[in-house]
Amino acid sequence: MKNAVGREIPDYLLVNGKEVYQGKNYMDGKYLQKAAPKTRRFEKPQESKIVATIADALRQCGCKDGCTFSFHHHLRNGDYVANMVVKAAVEELGVKDIVVAATSLGSAHDVIADYIEQGIVVGVQTSGIRGRIGDVVSAGKLKTPAIIRSHGGRPRAIEAGEVHIDIAVVAAPTSDCVGNCRGIGGKHNCGSLGYAMTDAKYADHVIVVTDDLVDFPNMPASVEAIDVDAVVVVDCIGDPKKIASAAARISQNPRDLMMAEDVARVIAATPYFKEGFSFQTGVGGPSLAANLFLEKYMDERGIKMGWAIGGICGPMVELLKKGKVGKVIDVQDFDLESVNSINQTPNHFEMSASQYANPANKGAFVNKLDFVVLAALEIDTGFNVNVLTGSDGVLRGAPGGHPDTAAGSKCCIIVTPLTRGRMATVCEHVVTVTTPGDCVDVLVTDYGIAVNPLRPDLIECLDNAGIKHVTIEELKEKAYSLVGRPDDLEWEDKVVAVLEARDGTILDVVRKIKPYTVDED
Amino acid sequence: MIPRPKPERFRLRRTMIFMSAQKPGLIKDAYIYGVDSIMLDLEDAVAENQKDAARFSLYHALKTIDYGDTEVIVRINGLDTPHWQEDIRVCVAGGADGIRIAKCESAQDVHTVEEHVLAAEREFGVEEGRTLLMAALESPKGILNAYEICAASDRMFGVAISGGDYRKCMQTKPTPDGIDMVVGRGMMLIAARAAGVQCFDTVFTNLNDEEGYRAEVLQNKAMGFDGKSLINPKQIRLVHEIFAPTEKEIVYAEKIVRAYREQSAAGVGVFTVDGKMIDIAFIPGAERTLKLARACGLYEGDLV
Repeated sequence: MKNAVGREIPDYLLVNGKEVYQGKNYMDGKYLQKAAPKTRRFEKPQESKIVATIADALRQCGCKDGCTFSFHHHLRNGDYVANMVVKAAVEELGVKDIVVAATSLGSAHDVIADYIEQGIVVGVQTSGIRGRIGDVVSAGKLKTPAIIRSHGGRPRAIEAGEVHIDIAVVAAPTSDCVGNCRGIGGKHNCGSLGYAMTDAKYADHVIVVTDDLVDFPNMPASVEAIDVDAVVVVDCIGDPKKIASAAARISQNPRDLMMAEDVARVIAATPYFKEGFSFQTGVGGPSLAANLFLEKYMDERGIKMGWAIGGICGPMVELLKKGKVGKVIDVQDFDLESVNSINQTPNHFEMSASQYANPANKGAFVNKLDFVVLAALEIDTGFNVNVLTGSDGVLRGAPGGHPDTAAGSKCCIIVTPLTRGRMATVCEHVVTVTTPGDCVDVLVTDYGIAVNPLRPDLIECLDNAGIKHVTIEELKEKAYSLVGRPDDLEWEDKVVAVLEARDGTILDVVRKIKPYTVDED
Repeated sequence: MIPRPKPERFRLRRTMIFMSAQKPGLIKDAYIYGVDSIMLDLEDAVAENQKDAARFSLYHALKTIDYGDTEVIVRINGLDTPHWQEDIRVCVAGGADGIRIAKCESAQDVHTVEEHVLAAEREFGVEEGRTLLMAALESPKGILNAYEICAASDRMFGVAISGGDYRKCMQTKPTPDGIDMVVGRGMMLIAARAAGVQCFDTVFTNLNDEEGYRAEVLQNKAMGFDGKSLINPKQIRLVHEIFAPTEKEIVYAEKIVRAYREQSAAGVGVFTVDGKMIDIAFIPGAERTLKLARACGLYEGDLV
């Protein structure tokens, strides 16, 4: 069945009430029966929940064939914990048919790719899929299609019971002996533990893995001991070099800076740019640099930002410390400056992924957002964005909070160069729709700005401010005139990944790519 | 092949950005930054053993990239090098709008280049006289001969001072108030205006010194320069901002031109606008303000 963004969704996926994507806010006002976890009572006073090894903890939590594990990705590419746990389950407990439900998976998790190839890991649910896992899933080696959800869609699915977590694993920079965890105060800090919060509340069992055991009580705790079954102390939870970069530097690339300046001009031209406005931006070159130019406009108009959310890094913390933004609330920290600021700098707070972006709760931050600035691998003439699959059709990206912030914000700006190498970023049809075009308002490229025709009000704002803009079709034609029009990708029938919209409907599927052959004549 | 319209000798040239002709990634779309002129460099930005490769890259850029309204000038190697003749051939064959003569010291230097340009135009079947010239004055001798250089050819559209070499010769270094170059800049400006060509200031190289850059651009505008050479796209916007006429200036210029046309039709030569005496001497300046305002997108009237 074709969905609202024109994607053909196979009927066999539309079972158990699954629907195809119907458009923005389709589920608004409907009721949701939340799924409660089945948890063990810890009634008898106990000194400590520390167990010797991960394998012991897994046994204690009843780990068996078909187990669904949840992991969170605050340790990013430096994460050792997900591999340790899956390895212990497979090698020491001999568990099979494992489902890995992670907030993101990347190059740190090649071990899991091996288990997929061996048929031991049979399911993957994630908000990001990169590295060898992306390759093996795209090659059709996972037994069931991977399910890709946004950062808001994941807690929604967990709360709705669409994914039931048997064991949630919290990689904790610090924990006390009963499992109060924090992302700071330890040897390998990551700041916010926002993605782990919902998982810990809804999992049947929670295992905390830490390399820095601190005195009880470890407060204020991000994940609380009331939800934790066992604590395991290991030598090292991750590679600090890959957990948080020293400091996210603002790009000096003139192309990035030009686009960033245009982003700020667009923002300043809208009626939402007023005292107390709210803002989220990415950490990519032009997105991050937008901070710099936005500050200039704020100074010029004599206004301050009310609050900022997101993954956070240094430049936003700087604004907070300068008093130019009222509050910063984040689910993840990207550099040491933000890691060292969360819950330390006044008005820098932590939030859960659900509080951040879940479309099914009653107060997600994204719904109060004025502006979001986001990147894209591709954007098509329907303003649909792809941040998941490469131009070769292989899984190598992450919807993350992209679809959530795009849908929730009043003005969603995509910023991307028109071409990358030989690839047209602005194209006829994106390989995979990860953020539907009805949520995207403005596109800023190095070759010009385009406004979604669904937003005549924003077109008027840009005209009044004297900001030139063109149609997205013109940008697409320019891109193709520069780098050529690529042949269509060729797919096999087999679906290797299902892309859920944030509301749980099916937005797109990724099929197995046909091996590329060179035509001999 | 992208046919370029015949270059205009006098056009808006507020900003000219240097880019190494050897860097395809840089020059493939240098026009996106909204600069008035691109200065593709075969001289200092290209290593001695890469001159040939740079010419190839330049030629293919000129032949395949649509630079639209952005002017494309090429800085060729000095006349004391073995490269400049081949540089000229490649510029003309590729259809560059103009050539910047490095280290120009005399009218003879201009004539020498002009001869070779003409020969190349004939060799490649390019319209004779199409390729424009400008000169870079980099030495005291160049400054002293500025007038004869500016007036040496109908192809000449302007002169630029080159701060690095000039300061070296003068045994000075950059000062915050620009006193180190004020005489050279002034003499060149006088010569250029006397010869009726445009005049451009040198590059500002400290990209992190925003305040110093602003001060220099303000001084450039106050001294009467037509534009400035740049090394980084992020320098463009400030020049365009500072060189743009203010709203007050535009309104006043409009009044002057309108009043002049009405009064002269009625046979009146001298009149007042906003209490100030105006005669024909004010008209070119007022018209220039309106043209500049139009180029900057600030004037949409029909007086110019």
